[in-house]
Amino acid sequence: MTVGDFFTTTENWVFLLIALPMLFAGYKVVTTNNVVHAVLALVGALAGSAALFVLLGAEFVAWTVVLISIGAVIVLFLFGIMITRAPIGLEVDLSHPRSARISAAVASGGLFVLLGSAMLAEFGDEVIPEAADATRTDALGLLLFQRYVVPFEVVSVVLLAALIGGIVIARRDPSPDEPAGTRL
Amino acid sequence: MLINGFLLLGAALFSLGVYGLLVRRNAVLILLSVELMVAAVNINFVALDRFLGDDLAGGQVFALFSIAVAAAEVGIGLAIILLVFRNRQSANVDELDLMRL
Repeated sequence: MTVGDFFTTTENWVFLLIALPMLFAGYKVVTTNNVVHAVLALVGALAGSAALFVLLGAEFVAWTVVLISIGAVIVLFLFGIMITRAPIGLEVDLSHPRSARISAAVASGGLFVLLGSAMLAEFGDEVIPEAADATRTDALGLLLFQRYVVPFEVVSVVLLAALIGGIVIARRDPSPDEPAGTRL
Repeated sequence: MLINGFLLLGAALFSLGVYGLLVRRNAVLILLSVELMVAAVNINFVALDRFLGDDLAGGQVFALFSIAVAAAEVGIGLAIILLVFRNRQSANVDELDLMRL
């Protein structure tokens, strides 16, 4: 497939239209000096991934990303930021100094070249079959509760354990001079 | 759609996440980079699921599980960061050297 063939399909244009802002948002997540901007850039990257899932015909996964990752996890991050640093705004000590940044860029660039060349060598010009048969949510729900019911239940136990563990770790211990239960 | 577009995008976002993990000093921002890596891996899961045309939709179901586990991880991680911040008045990972002799 040549470059010209790639740009004749509308789907590829849509893909580029989603993928390039995603890359920019991902770059902002790891480089910006403003904590809140980093979280908002992550919203952009996650929304782009949800759009790609719709493009691929995986609607349920897309809406799960919107509800859980964008809706819940991002709010949790904002809470964490508000609690752990009072002055919101530009900060200078968020990243390591320049020398460490360069070696980190070399390491992650090398990782990208390694992964990308392996994928190019393995898949070449192969295309994803047309998404005429998008995965229906009812089919996915039946699969989740029949074929994948045991891992599904295990994940719910993991979430319950994380819920209880989060409360136990983050709550304040009552100090000895005040009666228990008077503070949150 | 070329499968490689999705895979290369996933690899690029994953590498960006690794870069953030290595470069950031603030614990919340490190968790943010991890979340970016999880999103990149989910793209690979779903793209390869559609590529293979799996009847059992294994890639999509696994992506759902990884979203749930990532949510749990963020909850626990932020609770730990909160506890560290309360004890040390800092979320900077370079200052957490209690175990250094």
